Order: sequence, then structure tokens, then C-alpha cells
Amino acid sequence: MTAPAIKASHLSVSFGGYDALEDVTVEVAGGSFLAVVGPNGAGKSTFIRSLLGLVKPTSGRVEIHSHQPGKLPPGTVGYVPQVKTLDRRFPALSIELVLTGMRRRWPFRVRASERSEAMEALEKVGMAHLAEAALGKLSGGQLQRIYLARSLVRKPRLILLDEPATGMDAPGEQDFYAVLDEWQESSGATIVMVTHDLEVAAHHAGEVLVLNRRVIGFGPPETALGEHHLSEAYGHGGHSHGKIFGAHNHD
Amino acid sequence: MIEALSLPFMQRALVCGILVAILSGWFGAFVVQRRLSFLGSGLAHAAFGGVALGIFLSVPPLAIAVPFTIFVGLAIVWVQQRTVLAADTAIGVFFAVSMALGIVFLSQTDRYTTDAFAYLFGTILAIKPADLYLTIAVAALALLTCPLWSRWAYATFDRELAAADQVNVLRDDYLLALSLAVTVVVSIKVVGIVLIAAFLVIPAAAARLMTRRFSTMTLLSITCGVASVIVGLIGSYQLDLPSGPLIILTQAAIFAGAFLFRRG
Ligand SMILES: Nc1ncnc2c1ncn2[C@@H]1O[C@H](COP(=O)(O)OP(=O)(O)OP(=O)(O)O)[C@@H](O)[C@H]1O
Ligand SMILES: [Mg+2]
Repeated sequence: MTAPAIKASHLSVSFGGYDALEDVTVEVAGGSFLAVVGPNGAGKSTFIRSLLGLVKPTSGRVEIHSHQPGKLPPGTVGYVPQVKTLDRRFPALSIELVLTGMRRRWPFRVRASERSEAMEALEKVGMAHLAEAALGKLSGGQLQRIYLARSLVRKPRLILLDEPATGMDAPGEQDFYAVLDEWQESSGATIVMVTHDLEVAAHHAGEVLVLNRRVIGFGPPETALGEHHLSEAYGHGGHSHGKIFGAHNHD
Repeated sequence: MIEALSLPFMQRALVCGILVAILSGWFGAFVVQRRLSFLGSGLAHAAFGGVALGIFLSVPPLAIAVPFTIFVGLAIVWVQQRTVLAADTAIGVFFAVSMALGIVFLSQTDRYTTDAFAYLFGTILAIKPADLYLTIAVAALALLTCPLWSRWAYATFDRELAAADQVNVLRDDYLLALSLAVTVVVSIKVVGIVLIAAFLVIPAAAARLMTRRFSTMTLLSITCGVASVIVGLIGSYQLDLPSGPLIILTQAAIFAGAFLFRRG
């Protein structure tokens, strides 16, 4: 058997005494699509950030393809952060952001050889026409696609997405997932996506992690998103298993 | 104008002024985009505190001012990283304390207060060869930070993305503060406390308005700074006006032009 793409063993992260994650143990096989769901403050972003090595475990450990997060071969992981971290005053063009996916540094100039590769990635997400646009002037949904292009251009083995659909219109969101699904199929990469949309989790992901500081449910959508898991994670009355799976029966 | 350039003190003023403009234009691009405009003033006032202490102890002022300013620069980053306080708050604290210390020291050394004024307003037309060599040495050292541009720029854009790509953003903050502190402290003898703060902010701000790319902004920031020094110095000689203020006014004119024709 090959090593799992992600292996978290008894991972706990606390911030000044507050436990954001407690004893999280999950293993994700290479090539899977994992959706991470849970209420606000459940530690979803903290989970993603610990996979990136941005937060250190208080106890337990994380391995990505048998490496510690900070010690991976460059370009193994692509990251699509929540858009709110963007500094809109920074002078940057879309294509420059995409180039950081290749160089892992801010580009001083755009070389011709890199341009064609970056344009190809922008093409995939339907943003080629905005390659020379100022990043600060783009909409939230356009930005998310540029961030996705930035991750794809890296040809990573693992893509981490933190609520990528925030700020997207419905058709845009469907396009976005289509690009993601298609790319996963052709490259065999592993995808981990945080989402608040349980239907999306149920219908795109092969596995779902229901998180509320601890692991509430983990496995295929039908079992992980079971009624008792949802009421445990979100409290009663929040979401209904029947609604999530029933809604698409007529598709 | 040719006549002005044949005077040794004018030549030293031009060379020193241009070097300071290159240094501060370079670092100024990061200062402006990281919203650290206040840091330039803060470090310049810290340098004043160090100079005053040097005068009080009767040692060469820069021998105290250089380590003192570096200490303050690093301490500002340290406080900001260790607490919930924003950079400008940390700067505000150190700024005031350094200034207060400087005034206490100077009050004990009335013999030399004229020296202190030279640092406040700069003596660009009275630069000694020793000051020139020091400025050249620091400018040469600053060349070493050129390869850091793409890391600093990445972290300026988004610390989290940069950190996820193994940029050591905390160490880079200290490196930037250290470089700024050294730049400020060697520049104040030449251009004075007031002027160095302007050098770090106005050319970079003008450059930001002229472009949509950070690399272009960095180059334009240096260019605007250098042009202001040349125009300001020659203008001050021709019109017989103080050179420091004339350099700032030239920077301001460029900024106004950039504002009117902004595209960034
Ligand atoms: N750097 C930090 N310092 C202190 N506390 C933090 C930090 N990052 C996260 N936390 C805390 O950890 C908890 C989990 O935060 P996290 O951002 O991981 O939640 P989330 O599940 O992503 O929430 P959301 O759905 O709102 O994005 C929160 O209570 C938050 O306040
Ligand atoms: Mg989050």
C-alpha cells in the first residue's frame, strides 16, 4: 500500500488554552476528495492551516505523503485561502498571482515561458481575459478562480481549499466544482475542501469530515453526514440528512 | 548649473542625496505597502535619542545611534509579534520614549546642542568625506537585500501564502526592520529626521499611484526619489533656498502629478 496523502494522528491545536482541535485522527488516501464541514469556529481552517504547517500541533502529528508539512518537496501542496486575507491595495496583476504558484515567490517580471503556462491555468478557470487585470479590482468570485489557477499551475499532489465558493454566483460555483472535479480526475490529486454547503459535500466529495473541535463523523457522505452526526455538530434543527440527500433525488 | 556641480560640497551633497534616495526608495516601497509609513518617523526619532545619548556621553553620536536605532526597530517588531498591538501603536510608544530620553540627555549637555540640530534638519550641503564614505558603505550593504525582494514582496501581499510556501515571514520582518533602521540612522546626518521620513513615504506613494505592479512601483519609487534630490538640490542652489525642504517640495510635486494622472 502507498502511504496516505494525509495522516493526522491525535492532532490537537490550542490557542492560549482554547482547544481549537482535539485529538483529530484521520487518514485520507491519495486521489480522494475530502469535504470538511462543521459550524463556525469548529476548527476547519485550523485543520487546513495545520496541514500547511502554518500552525504547529500542540500534541499529535500530521503527515502529508509521509513528510512533515514544512518539509515537503516544493510544489506538493496547492492552497486556495479564504479570500478575505487578500490585501486589495497591493499593486498586482492576476497573472502575477498565478506565477507565485510556480515560483513560490513574488515575480519581479513575467517571463515568456512562464506566461504561457500561467495563461493555460487561467484558461482552465475561465479567467484568461483578466490576466492583466489589477487584482484589487476583481470580484470575490473572480478572485477565487484566480487563486484556483494559482494552485493548478503548480500541479500539486494535494489541493487545500478553504471555503472557495464564498462570494460566487450559483453558475460560477458549479463551474468551479466542475474544474476541480475534472482536474482531480485527470491528475489523480487529492482534494481537501472546507465548505458550509452540505449538499456540495454530499455530491462532490468521496469522503466527509464533520468537525466540531473533535471528529464528529468521518467517512463516505451517507454515513458521515448521518442525522445524529449533524445534530451533534450543529445542534438540533440545523440541518437534516433527508434534505441533503433528498434534494438531489430528482436530478 | 555646471558651475554648481563643480563645487566639491555640491558633488558630495548630490552623491549622498542620490544614495539616500535609492535606499529609501527601495525600502519605501515595502514601507508604504505594509502600512509602516509611521515607522520611518519612529526610527528617525529613535535615532535622535541615540544621537543625544552619544553627545551626552561625548562619544561619536553615530556609535550610539546605530545600535540604539537597530534595537528600537527590532523591539517594535518584537512587540507587534508578541502582543495584540498593531505596528503603529508599538511605534508610537518607542517614538515617544526615544524622544523623551533624547531631550533629557540634551538638557544635560548644553554645550553641544547645535550638533543635535544638525541631525534634526540635516546638513546636506556640509557633508564631510567621512559621512560620504559611510553612506556609500551602507548603500553597498543594502545591495545584499536585493535578492530578498521577491520574498518580502510575497509576504507583503499575503503573509499566509508566503508562509505556506516556506517563506520565514517572522525573520523577514526583523530583517526589514533592521535594514530600515540602518538606512534611517545613516541618512539623518545627511538629510535630517524630518526629511528621511519623507524620503521613505512620498516617492513610494507617488510610485504606487503610477502603476499596478509592485516591481514597477519599486523602480519608480527609487526614480522619483533620485529625481527629487537632483531637482531639489540644483533648485536650492539657483534660488538660494534651503535644500532639504526644496527636495521634499519636489517630491510633493511629483506626488501631486501622480495623483492627477493616477492609474494604479
Ligand atoms: N491564530 C489564532 N489565535 C487564536 N485563536 C484562534 C486562531 N485561529 C483560530 N482561533 C480560534 O480557533 C477556533 C477555530 O477557528 P477556525 O478559524 O479554525 O474555525 P472555522 O471552523 O474555520 O470557522 P469558520 O467557519 O468561521 O471559518 C476559533 O474559536 C478561533 O477563535
Ligand atoms: Mg474558517
